[in-house]
Amino acid sequence: MSLQRKDVLGLEDMSAEEILLVLDIASRFRAVFDRPVRSVPIMRGRTVVNFFHEPSTRTRISFELAEKRLSADIVNFSVATSSFSKGETLRDTAENLAAMKIDMLVVRHGSSGAAQYLSRVLACPVINAGDGCHEHPTQGLLDIMTMHQRLGDMRGKKVTIIGDIAHSRVARSNIWGLNKLGAEVTVCGPPTMVPGNIARMGVTVEYDLKKAVAQADVLNVLRIQLERGAGGDFPSNREYHRMYGITEDVVRGLKPEAFVMHPGPMNRNVEISSEVADGPRQVILDQVANGVAVRMALIYLLSGGDPGALASGEAA
Amino acid sequence: MEWSWQRIPAEYLVTGVKLARGGKIAARKGYLHVKKGRVEALGVGKPTAEGLPVLEADGLILAPGFIDTHVHFREPGEEEKETVATGSRAAAAGGFTTVVTMPNTDPTIDNPGLVRYVIDRGNEAGLCRVLPAGAVSIGRQGQGLAELGAMVEAGARAFTDDGSPIENGKLMAAALKYGNLLGVPIMSHAEDRSIVGSGCMHGGYWSTRLGLTGMARAGEDAAVFRDIELARASGGHLHVCHVSTRGAVDIIRRAKADGINVTAEATPHHFSLDHSRCRDYSPRFKMNPPLRETDDVAAVADGLADGTIDCIATDHAPHTATEKELQFDQAPFGVIGLETAFAVGVTYLVEEGRLDLGQLIACFSERPARVLGLPLGSLEDGAEADFVLLDPSGEWTVDATTLHGRSENSCFLGDRLRGRVMATFMRGRLTWRATEPSLT
Repeated sequence: MSLQRKDVLGLEDMSAEEILLVLDIASRFRAVFDRPVRSVPIMRGRTVVNFFHEPSTRTRISFELAEKRLSADIVNFSVATSSFSKGETLRDTAENLAAMKIDMLVVRHGSSGAAQYLSRVLACPVINAGDGCHEHPTQGLLDIMTMHQRLGDMRGKKVTIIGDIAHSRVARSNIWGLNKLGAEVTVCGPPTMVPGNIARMGVTVEYDLKKAVAQADVLNVLRIQLERGAGGDFPSNREYHRMYGITEDVVRGLKPEAFVMHPGPMNRNVEISSEVADGPRQVILDQVANGVAVRMALIYLLSGGDPGALASGEAA
Repeated sequence: MEWSWQRIPAEYLVTGVKLARGGKIAARKGYLHVKKGRVEALGVGKPTAEGLPVLEADGLILAPGFIDTHVHFREPGEEEKETVATGSRAAAAGGFTTVVTMPNTDPTIDNPGLVRYVIDRGNEAGLCRVLPAGAVSIGRQGQGLAELGAMVEAGARAFTDDGSPIENGKLMAAALKYGNLLGVPIMSHAEDRSIVGSGCMHGGYWSTRLGLTGMARAGEDAAVFRDIELARASGGHLHVCHVSTRGAVDIIRRAKADGINVTAEATPHHFSLDHSRCRDYSPRFKMNPPLRETDDVAAVADGLADGTIDCIATDHAPHTATEKELQFDQAPFGVIGLETAFAVGVTYLVEEGRLDLGQLIACFSERPARVLGLPLGSLEDGAEADFVLLDPSGEWTVDATTLHGRSENSCFLGDRLRGRVMATFMRGRLTWRATEPSLT
């Protein structure tokens, strides 16, 4: 089996088989990381454009690293340096990129649906690196990979996502992907950040943190976007921390094997206390490493890579 | 239809038609006798007059010319989207003989000179009656009341800050009092922006799923409620624009039962489509108020059926293709609607059994005429001969290349609809004909 699709725009339209294939290939690439030479020549001579229309550090670096480890040629452009600041439309940018015959586009954009739009205009594969509040499929995949490594088959596993669900593309990608794999997802946060209608996406809505985490196998703690400003969706950082912060106290109430994830960057002592962030129950840096592997896997599979070839030792 | 004439004569008969009047459609065929642009006579059976040129429109429905209480013709200032002339062409093709233009142009229609300007452009085009609505506040800034009296003298028929709500309740109260004094409705774009915020689609499951900022229904409900209480206090005529929520329909229904001087309109897209249409992020489905839930769609249709909502208005809001190609959250609000309105009504209201055809036609003619206090929309003897010939069972596909306005931002592109406008006449003159060659 290989990935029979042009783009990865979200986990909403990916099947369980596709997700598991990506995780399988990603785990093989992770093995490469421990070798003295960490790159493979799979993408030599092909150009990947990283188009970041929104500030990003870790996702951009993770993609760049993935591309470099596959030996791709890389062009970066971000909002500060692109002609977007001169009022060019997304359509014009897309047509320019198409004319330049790039081999793959990685796009981060502040507007929900922007990656979908570009994928319709461009003939090359498009990977969504986050569109507005919609989806962030590579984050979703790396989160699921991190869970899958520890929990195996995700069917019946209980995952609780905590934070600003309404504005989180990470939450949506987690929800779609985990549902595909048969996990049971609960979302938790203040009602200003967790719309009740999200239950229709196939999750349990629980506003009481203690109840939301009691049976969980995993907590995925989202970053609170402080730039949105306290006072609207929540009264203050302190109040948020008191009611929904993941503290030692919360962790003590978890099942013994349960662990804590965070997509980063963390607001210490807002959504997660420093003790937990640095403690034995978190797997945050593992998520980071898996992120590079998942992105390598997607780039490899979307550029026509054969999973069988990889198994027979091309990467290993 | 027999079209043997080279020109429309000064006096003629239209025969073989089923007359639609008073919310009903005559069972027997009848005729209309037009003389010098006015209705000379009409009735069932054979016409009494003899020896006149005859337009044989066998089996078509003859209805009063349609009246749209809410269009944006964009002139002056945004002529790349639409002009009074191109909008009038679209209106005629949709069966409309009278339209009320919104004042949110650049500059705003907030003084008698600009009211006259729009009327003159309409007369030049000569395809429909263009009745301007003036702005309630100077520059639509929501601060000082514009000179409503002077604008009424110049020909303004209603007032509104449409596009923006009037946030200041005291200003709205003053507008209703002045409207009462001058005998014109105040049309309210009812939206509490402190609730709606920066939303770009209806706030519900689909906005959550798509990650787009939602506009809560409560924003419309609360604003309608406020305006109705102000209308109650002032006695002025409040006309609620583009009603889209179940809550607003209920509030208006209660207000009417209380005897408050309130009327309301609803758009074709709000009684036909729900928010799931936004699923592909196409700005063709972005408008304000937004497409709502299925129960709202049903409530709007019910409101039209029981008379809570008086009329169908298109909120025809042209935008250029360039603007409508932006990302959903960046694209402007608004969709066109003049040329699809009747067919959407037939397809979604009549075919679905919510209204009968006679009621639907009344929603486009005598009911909006009553809202505006115009002696139109019912083809009384002696009235100006504004009428439309309709084929309610004719099917057609909405095609951007055959639309007559300047913009193509329709919700219904590519859709197969039932209900065709075959010909439109204003003051007895042909303004539109579905089949070539057209008469002049």
